[in-house]
Amino acid sequence: MIQGKVIKYGDNIDTDVIIPARYLNTTDPAELAGHCMEDLDKTFTGRVKPGDIMAAGRNFGCGSSREHAPIALKAAGISCIIAETFARIFYRNAINIGLPILECPEAAREIDEGDQVQVDVKTGKIVNLTKGSVYQAEPFPDFMQEIIRADGLIHYVRERMKRS
Amino acid sequence: MGMTMTQKILAAHAGLDRVEPGQLIMADLDLVLGNDITSPVAVKEFERIGAEGVFDKGKVAIVPDHFTPNKDIKSAEQCRLIRDFAYRHEIENYFEIGQMGIEHALIPEKGLAVPGDVIIGADSHTCTYGALGAFSTGVGSTDMAAGMASGKCWFKVPEAIRFNLKGKLQPWVSGKDVILHIIGQVGVDGALYQSMEYGGEGLAALSMDDRFTMANMAIEAGAKNGIFEVDDKTIAYVKEHSDREYRIFKADEDAVYTRVIDINLSDIRPTVAFPHLPENTRTIDEVGEVTIDQVVIGSCTNGRIEDLRAAARLLKDKKVHPRVRTIIFPATQKIYLQAMREGLLEIFVEAGAAVSTPTCGPCLGGHMGVLGKGERAVATTNRNFVGRMGHPESEVYLASPAVAAASAITGRISSPEEVMK
Ligand code: SF4
Repeated sequence: MIQGKVIKYGDNIDTDVIIPARYLNTTDPAELAGHCMEDLDKTFTGRVKPGDIMAAGRNFGCGSSREHAPIALKAAGISCIIAETFARIFYRNAINIGLPILECPEAAREIDEGDQVQVDVKTGKIVNLTKGSVYQAEPFPDFMQEIIRADGLIHYVRERMKRS
Repeated sequence: MGMTMTQKILAAHAGLDRVEPGQLIMADLDLVLGNDITSPVAVKEFERIGAEGVFDKGKVAIVPDHFTPNKDIKSAEQCRLIRDFAYRHEIENYFEIGQMGIEHALIPEKGLAVPGDVIIGADSHTCTYGALGAFSTGVGSTDMAAGMASGKCWFKVPEAIRFNLKGKLQPWVSGKDVILHIIGQVGVDGALYQSMEYGGEGLAALSMDDRFTMANMAIEAGAKNGIFEVDDKTIAYVKEHSDREYRIFKADEDAVYTRVIDINLSDIRPTVAFPHLPENTRTIDEVGEVTIDQVVIGSCTNGRIEDLRAAARLLKDKKVHPRVRTIIFPATQKIYLQAMREGLLEIFVEAGAAVSTPTCGPCLGGHMGVLGKGERAVATTNRNFVGRMGHPESEVYLASPAVAAASAITGRISSPEEVMK
């Protein structure tokens, strides 16, 4: 179970603002986290706390395929992202690196900045503790659950390659 | 229920007779691609898998193009890491500076993508090879690592939007205007999780370079891939560049689409996308007065020979506006050489433009043309997000090479018709 305070943004949050290309000459998660969201919100790195949940609108993570984007968010402390919709490469990247993300339009719209929110990644249940509302996101299909259980795609592939 | 082109290619690569939209499948890969930004992360992940080698030395391609020739020490270190990896694993398709080009122009040119392929690349514009009737899509570094180790990738079978093309492009209108028009119509998430499948009688009027440009920007509509029906032009291109066997997949007559959109090419005007989203499009007639500081012609979207020819037609015997820095970068060495032989580079230099070696450079605000605060650029690239080409308060306007060249001359966003009258 994940619980945290919400930091909220709007629609079409692209990977260029999540982590600008000028910082892609490193792969160090901590260094990337230090510049996360800075072109959109200079206060983000200063106020994000480990465990915080990000909420956003449509098409979150659109743009480049840089895995540095979910890596930066995860390293900054974000424990889960709830959005109306996700761009597809960001979606797979987040799952592949073990950053839980949930698509739930109602929750994404109604949750506000600063709300305390609880998420059960396994069932897709989202509870807004501040407002007392409950939402149900589509749970991950079994195959993705397996990847998440294996702590990301790399472990999953390693296990399968060992077996074959 | 019939299948779309994409669904048929995926079924064949998953060893299945048929697939349904939404189905999760494991597909065999014909090519796994990465660049100097995404491969370093992939190399680290690959090492964590503990595989002895890559699944097929001929089916992995690594192209250092983003921060190369290296812009600083850190990017040099990243390139060193992937170069070592490429040598250690005897990757046949590692392209060093001097050989390399922008990956999505280079891969088709080297014959590494053919109709019917399934290709993943750790770069979002990997969707470019859909122009050849292949399924190709962008993924992240972890997918690249797993793909290099296993030769496989998981996919969720997409639904599709069908685009029926008819008519013929007007003078000074190109594939870039068509795709900007389409993104303006469907929006930046209009094709989210879906394929954009192009066909119809109008297809014959589009050159391969037009198709590459259009497939390239499928991701800007949120699509998983863009794909074109294979015709004589595709076959001619493939025969010229590759001796690999190819396979043509046609959509079933009764294939199911979420939408069918008719596009009359004859109606399309030169189109510009305003900051900060590719969907903020206006026709050139609606642009108004927008003065500019820089013009960038090149990238995986528009750095091919036809793009340079279009720019040269406008710039011949003219000068770029004294306040406009104009940077032109051919996408590959082969295109560079061709442009040199045709005298295009001379036209550019005479006009007062800077001509660069192939690199992604300015397209992603990397180097070779980064914008300062408040500056505006017209670029033939594919993204105009906040800070994409430099300072967060700079602006990028997306356009065709013809519009970009015309604007370089006048110093404001301009129609090629205005400059050539
Ligand atoms: S030219 Fe631009 S969009 Fe194309 S691969 Fe390079 S950085 Fe990406």
